[in-house]
Amino acid sequence: MDVKHWCRAGVCLREYVSSKTINKVIQVHDRIFCCIAGSLADAQAITKAAKFHLSFHSVQMESPPRVMAAASVLKDLCYKNREELQAGFITAGWDKKNGPQVYVVALGGMLINQLVTIAGSGSTYIYGYIDAKYKPNMTKEECLQFATNALALAMGRDNVSGGVAHLVVVTEKGVEHVVVPGDKLPKFHDE
Amino acid sequence: MLEEAAPEWLSEEVKTGTTIIGIEYDGGVVLGSDSRVSAGETVVNRVMNKLSPLHDKIYCALSGSAADAQTMAEIVNYQLDVHSIEIGEDPQVRSAATLVRNISYKYREELSAHLIVAGWDRRNGGQVFATMKGLLTRQPFAVGGSGSSYVYGFVDAEYRRGMSKQECQQFVVNTLSLAMNRDGSSGGVAYIVTIDEHGTEEKVILGNQLPTFFDQ
Repeated sequence: MDVKHWCRAGVCLREYVSSKTINKVIQVHDRIFCCIAGSLADAQAITKAAKFHLSFHSVQMESPPRVMAAASVLKDLCYKNREELQAGFITAGWDKKNGPQVYVVALGGMLINQLVTIAGSGSTYIYGYIDAKYKPNMTKEECLQFATNALALAMGRDNVSGGVAHLVVVTEKGVEHVVVPGDKLPKFHDE
Repeated sequence: MLEEAAPEWLSEEVKTGTTIIGIEYDGGVVLGSDSRVSAGETVVNRVMNKLSPLHDKIYCALSGSAADAQTMAEIVNYQLDVHSIEIGEDPQVRSAATLVRNISYKYREELSAHLIVAGWDRRNGGQVFATMKGLLTRQPFAVGGSGSSYVYGFVDAEYRRGMSKQECQQFVVNTLSLAMNRDGSSGGVAYIVTIDEHGTEEKVILGNQLPTFFDQ
């Protein structure tokens, strides 16, 4: 089973969209990626610190870090500074012990492991879609299609999500980036 | 000596948190709603029918403040009765929706209720109108209430033109079930009303008979 995760690409300064092509899927280690949501400045600062912690940790352990370790590092940073920070993360990747995993670190520093998870302002609109359409043990192509559809639906309804969809496929063998520009996203009945 | 404070819910406004949905098909409409009424964090009624008749073949779905929505529905019910006597025949769905819109526009600062008006008339068949905050728009389907945010993606993906009556009913039940699972202010049972040329059919689907999804 592969791990899929996704991010929308629009960035807003209040009601001004300052960039339409930001990549919000950030690599924190060879097989571990982080999707960021919330204040971009906070999220970037946290992932930079997490990247440093993780590379140090993996040197100490003499092996690639576990996905849970990466998620915990982010969670500690979010929880200790929960008064000042406004960022949430989806950490996902592959490690040798537990294979593919997805963790979500929410705003205040909660950490949970889930099979599928969504976050960010646009996520409220697709809870129903995810609940209805997710099936455990999908193939890679089904997962990619599922994620692309979910992103397209959220971007269609949320006025602060949009632009380009970034997807990353992480497996034991390696990492594959998929970028879907706005005009190539799936269209639904009212478009 | 410690005295017990009055329960919080006595002082909270009563809202029908809600998920409501209306969809038209060729020959009629299907309206659906959940049944939860909350006052703050307490559920004060878990079996409320939020589908209110405005006329024989015109219903509305209530959401937002319970008092505001019920009052609007009662007033429009009365106005439609008078109107249908004046014209000597059954009123059009658009007339009912316009009456609702007139109230919600005039009092838009004071009221906080959103009604979806749907029904069947001889002239235009099945129609669904959304009337939030004073606008009036006819749509193939409409969702409303706090629970609707969670199912926008689902309805966008699943809706197709030209669905049959059974497909529409299933669509409404699925959408309500998904919204009730995610929204704290929606829950209980699902009420479905199907209106067509031949009449009006009301149905209740109990909580344990609603469709379930992968994590239940």
